[in-house]
Amino acid sequence: MSEVPAVTVRLTVNGREAEVRVHPMRRLLDVLRTELHLTGTKEGCGEGECGACSVLVNGELVNSCLTPVLQADGADVTTIEGIAGGPDVLHAVQQAFITHGGAQCGICTPGMVLASVTLLERTAHPNDEQIRAGLAGNLCRCTGYMRIFEAVRQAATSHTAAGAGKTK
Amino acid sequence: MSGFVGQSVPRTEGRAKVTGAARYVDDVTLPGMLHGVTVRSTFARGRIRDIRFADGVPWSEITVVTAKDVPAPNRLPLILDDQPVLADDVVNHPEEPVVLLAHPDKDLVEKARRLVSIEFDALPSVHSIDDALAGKTVVWGTDNVFKSFLVARGDVAAVFAGLPTIARSAAAGGDAHRIIAGEYETGAQEQLYIEPQGIIAQVTPDGGITVRGSLQCPYYVHTALVKLFGTAPHKVRVVQMETGGGFGGKEEYPSLIAAHAALLARKSGRPVKLIYDRAEDMAATTKRHPSRTRHRTVVDREGRLVAMDIEFLLDGGAYCTLSPVVLSRGTIHASGPYFCPNVRVRAKAVATNTPPHGAFRGFGAPQSLFALERHMDVVAKAVGLSPEEFRRRNFIQQGQTSAVGQVMREAPNMDRLLSRALELSDYQAKVAKFAAVDPSQSVKKGMGFATFMHGAGFTGSGEDHLASVVEVEATPDGRVRVLAASTEIGQGTNTIFTQIAADALGIDLGDIEIIQPDTGVVPNSGPTVASRTCMVVGHLVEKACGEIRRALISGGLLAEQHTRDEFRRACRQHFDEQGPLRGSSRYEPPPGIHWDDETYQGDAYGAYAWAVYVAEVSVDTITGETKVDDFVALQEVGRVIHPVLAGGQIEGGVAQAIGYALYEHVVWRDGRMANAQMTNYIMPTSMDLPPIRVYFEEQPYAHGPGGAKGIGELPMDGVAPAIANAIEAAVGVPMNSIPITPELLLDAIQRAEGSADPRDEEVARV
Amino acid sequence: MLAAAPGKWRPFAGGTDLMVQLESGALPEGQYLGLWKLGELRGVRETSAGVEIGALTTYSEILASDLLGREYPLLGQAARETGGVATQNRGTIGGNIANASPAADTPPALLVYDAELELISVRGTRRVPYDAFHRGYKKMDLAPDELIARVRLPKRAPGWREHYRKVGTRKAQAISKVCLAAALVMDATGGAVVDVRIALGSVAPTVVRARQAEAAIRGQPLDAAAVEAAVHALAQDIAPIDDIRSTARYRLSVAGRLLRDWLRRV
Repeated sequence: MSEVPAVTVRLTVNGREAEVRVHPMRRLLDVLRTELHLTGTKEGCGEGECGACSVLVNGELVNSCLTPVLQADGADVTTIEGIAGGPDVLHAVQQAFITHGGAQCGICTPGMVLASVTLLERTAHPNDEQIRAGLAGNLCRCTGYMRIFEAVRQAATSHTAAGAGKTK
Repeated sequence: MSGFVGQSVPRTEGRAKVTGAARYVDDVTLPGMLHGVTVRSTFARGRIRDIRFADGVPWSEITVVTAKDVPAPNRLPLILDDQPVLADDVVNHPEEPVVLLAHPDKDLVEKARRLVSIEFDALPSVHSIDDALAGKTVVWGTDNVFKSFLVARGDVAAVFAGLPTIARSAAAGGDAHRIIAGEYETGAQEQLYIEPQGIIAQVTPDGGITVRGSLQCPYYVHTALVKLFGTAPHKVRVVQMETGGGFGGKEEYPSLIAAHAALLARKSGRPVKLIYDRAEDMAATTKRHPSRTRHRTVVDREGRLVAMDIEFLLDGGAYCTLSPVVLSRGTIHASGPYFCPNVRVRAKAVATNTPPHGAFRGFGAPQSLFALERHMDVVAKAVGLSPEEFRRRNFIQQGQTSAVGQVMREAPNMDRLLSRALELSDYQAKVAKFAAVDPSQSVKKGMGFATFMHGAGFTGSGEDHLASVVEVEATPDGRVRVLAASTEIGQGTNTIFTQIAADALGIDLGDIEIIQPDTGVVPNSGPTVASRTCMVVGHLVEKACGEIRRALISGGLLAEQHTRDEFRRACRQHFDEQGPLRGSSRYEPPPGIHWDDETYQGDAYGAYAWAVYVAEVSVDTITGETKVDDFVALQEVGRVIHPVLAGGQIEGGVAQAIGYALYEHVVWRDGRMANAQMTNYIMPTSMDLPPIRVYFEEQPYAHGPGGAKGIGELPMDGVAPAIANAIEAAVGVPMNSIPITPELLLDAIQRAEGSADPRDEEVARV
Repeated sequence: MLAAAPGKWRPFAGGTDLMVQLESGALPEGQYLGLWKLGELRGVRETSAGVEIGALTTYSEILASDLLGREYPLLGQAARETGGVATQNRGTIGGNIANASPAADTPPALLVYDAELELISVRGTRRVPYDAFHRGYKKMDLAPDELIARVRLPKRAPGWREHYRKVGTRKAQAISKVCLAAALVMDATGGAVVDVRIALGSVAPTVVRARQAEAAIRGQPLDAAAVEAAVHALAQDIAPIDDIRSTARYRLSVAGRLLRDWLRRV
């Protein structure tokens, strides 16, 4: 890794400009967690299977463990830290996860919340099949998914009701 | 009174988890921290000749630890203390830790790991239960047997000896007994918590050790480190951080990682973070014990059980770890929720040269109950009874004794549970419907169920030995701090303790603070395992809070019926007049409980949860794939403390057990897990699971908080046999080995087909 | 760049395969040429001859294309079976082809559609029929200085009855154990098979056209005898192996059973 010169990568993370100087192939996951100190995004497998590292890049869900940071140059990145509307304002999805037991140990939760948020942005009222397909890349070992589906259904209702999708 | 118990109150841990604020071990960085890695053996068994460190990294910068750095006797304290902390002379399994490295640069130390090679002379190795028992190659102790148990009730041998006589009398019109035999196997299962194992260790100025990490049992780690390093107990501090799933995989294994991280920290003088990568975690850490169970069952002409002769074998891997305890639970559950006058269980845990197997939710019971519940369907069929009628004739009733001699003081009510579960799943109607389907359809459906129970808490005198303690402290402003070693690992420990405490004190949820499990702060409440956290420790929380309340009442500071504000004022007054207000509670066995470790007889568990699970499956006979279309999980659990959390436990357990039944196949090659990637070790995704419908009944248990029994492991026991029974119903082939992969099932289907198409044989031969 | 130092630079698109191999240490550290930003290699375009798909088109983009959904639906079915949403957003059709795994999901569909690849280099443009592109396990008709630029699918006559079935280790995020893509067209009276395409993944060192199986039914009435002849012939077209996910025996059996099931119902 040390022979390749570091490059400067500029990206916007949760609305804030960030600049890092790193090896171009450094994983976006590591840049977020280490250089940018945003530890909400998790590493569960490092092979793009579990989805714990999911973030939004230019509005699209990607596995940050498989994304070299250079490919996020100039991109708009959203992590779990950027989902809430403010210090006391949770996203409808986050609130629904709490109420309906969508999070148990919580390690898959950041990725799962992002996958749910992007699902609802694309399909305002997903049916059961669409919810399952939308979350198929995010593995949860604790819940059996049932209450995650319920949380997504609930959030779909309050999401449209609240317009911007942010609730207290 | 408030009455939070029984409601789905907001989860105390919830917000941090959904905002990414919860801090897991890999989220923490300490100044001057080094990254640690483990160099492991690549071979199953051998004598180490040399360890080579190839050029390519600045070795002088890297902290290196080998067996020489481990204080004598280089054994990880657990039960038999047979496992080396680092392999010294002989390696006994692939992935055995040999060398530890640490450096500030994570990538560099990873590179260094690949530059270390271990030269060895191979030794003969053992890779099956049969080879272990044959004893031609002894790899552990004198006979490869970690532990044996014998449960003997009545006289099984006499029953079998007397059978020819009975058969003759049957010919003369007397009672005809049938012997039905069966053999059942379960494979290894990887816990696959989504957060890999990890520990941070640092030495303290007083020569002590502080360890933080992803773990279930801070005091297990504490005990191991104290014994290993000979450090005074108060100088060793173990802190549980937010833990991303455990399922037993973080019960005993973290002690080894903590020992490793501590060794590196002591040698380097720096804090060391040791996080496993996923492939390493899968290949090197504990898994569920593979098992083989043989049943020989005698039933009378009415289908009543007369004798059960059970051989229950577990593959323990290379070192003993917790095998004796897993074996114990599996043995006690081996004859299930039935009454049988003659039962013999001969159980053994044996050594093979594979990474040691260990704790995994269910802990022996999923193995023996799979065998039992499959076998009960086989027996029912053999004697011409429906699966449900057979069960009804044999369920254990209140007042009867189990195989280990435990009198059922409370009514199990299995008959009623069975009826309800069959109704909830529309069992009879579906059985009829599926039977009427056109046989030329390639997708065949079937219904199957399992009836079972799971004992909560440590077996027998285990809870006595643990002597768990909970402490509570009231603050001057009326908040109450609960100090317990029980860990929150997803199941909602903090929330239910908060509910129990608030109810016990008559105050609000927000007044309770659950203190982070830190051995420097909380007492030893025992490990977070064995479905004991709510039932045993929660009960201690209830009692310890009761002590504070009674102290205030008997001190005249509080009335029996009081408001929250009155409680707060009373605390203030107590503090001003008498000082700190504390309560504690130590485990006491419920009255009348008796267990004999020598004879292995008595009250094995304080309470059992009783359950009936029903599966509806579709088998695609073209590909051998099984889909679970619907799953009903009905259980009697004493009291449901928090419906959402309790439901979540059952749903999650059922999902994990569906994986155990159908998908989670460990591919072994020379003792090593060859499919140690999440791509190749298959756990269910959101697309693979049925609606999981959970129902509870409550028959309060006198010694559980609010009447609650333990439920954490229960769901692991009944899913695989229900599914296997449903598959037999669907396609007429008995599947007695799990996981029931499409490869195995298709093979069985083709053999049953005669593979009707001769061309398939040709195709297969090519 | 590729021309200047052939073999030194490895083209890198979405990274969904290469990053996994890099992490596991299966790839030597080397130099990667990032293609992600090359917009001209992305997108689905209708032409007079059929359709052109840029090599950097992602699975999500394939799924979003109404044109492909209408005219070449097997491609969308393949894309839907590949990974979860995150993988679909980054995985590209060019990457799927160039990674040359015999278990890849889109290649069987591409064979059914008689795909053609357009390869570019400083030396010019070259077209290769896709069914001649894979020469052996991970061996492709692709020079070190070439990039896959486009996939071309010719226009199709109406009347093809199409089928795609992937048998994976689970219903999502699964590597295929056996994958069948097939299509046939009957004559006007429905009496005989005019033309047929049968392609399989995960049953040979490369994706394969099952030409012997095709020959067994091309021009024939689709009766029980023809179906069995095709299933029997299939054994000559494929050479499945035991691997970490499945067995040769299972793959052989299932390939035959999938084909039989489709031919009986088509």
